[in-house]
Amino acid sequence: MAEPMKIRATLKNNMAEIRVLVAHPMETGQRKDATGAIVPTHFIHSMTVHLNETLVYDGQWSQAISRNPVFALRIKGAKIGDKVVVHWMDNKNDKRNDEITLQA
Amino acid sequence: MNLFRRQFLRLTSVVGALGVTGLSALELVLQAPSALAAVWNKPGFESKVVEEVMKSLGATNAQPSAEIHINAPDIAENGAVVPIEVTSRINNTQSIALIAEKNPFPLAAQVELLNGAEPYFYVRIKMGQTSRIQVLVKADGKFYTAHKEIKITIGGCG
Repeated sequence: MAEPMKIRATLKNNMAEIRVLVAHPMETGQRKDATGAIVPTHFIHSMTVHLNETLVYDGQWSQAISRNPVFALRIKGAKIGDKVVVHWMDNKNDKRNDEITLQA
Repeated sequence: MNLFRRQFLRLTSVVGALGVTGLSALELVLQAPSALAAVWNKPGFESKVVEEVMKSLGATNAQPSAEIHINAPDIAENGAVVPIEVTSRINNTQSIALIAEKNPFPLAAQVELLNGAEPYFYVRIKMGQTSRIQVLVKADGKFYTAHKEIKITIGGCG
């Protein structure tokens, strides 16, 4: 099972800024290991964020996203106590769900 | 609906594991219904030519726009981590796609912003070499584009 994501959510003037750090190798399929064998692709292809069960960010990613991805989004009209759920799935069907409650 | 989508994603990867042959029929099925538009854009992500990426997004006649602001370094020393921040001031921005034109697979990400999400996008990408970054914004069904050249000192693909 993948490591938990680090999610930071700050609220300013009704605008939530959510920053997420994911632990993931994001292998491109271009890199070779010490023996010269190509390391197969292994990357997150789907990244979604829900605010109180409503889909706000529906991301499709490629292997070009950096290792241990960091991404951010902003949501208007969010309130303290709102629940933010971040979910990813990679091309090996590994997945992870983490959530955080918006705080002041 | 989202559950439905998950099931489809699972299904596609299962079929993917079986091999590429015989996949095209399923792909056709997957791409047809608009309800499943958010299924991973396989032709776009696997194409090596920017024009084909545009076609896969349906953005062949995108208009240049000064209302898309790209905040990214002019020179990135490490191509493995290039921060890209995009803010769109176009009304009703629905989605933002990011293309690194000279990457082996140019399409880096396409993100739909829904239900109150601001037209804002931040992510860190890998770039193999100095290249133009192209941002495609979809708003009211139309496509707008902006670009920025980023110099790479050490490529980040290997």
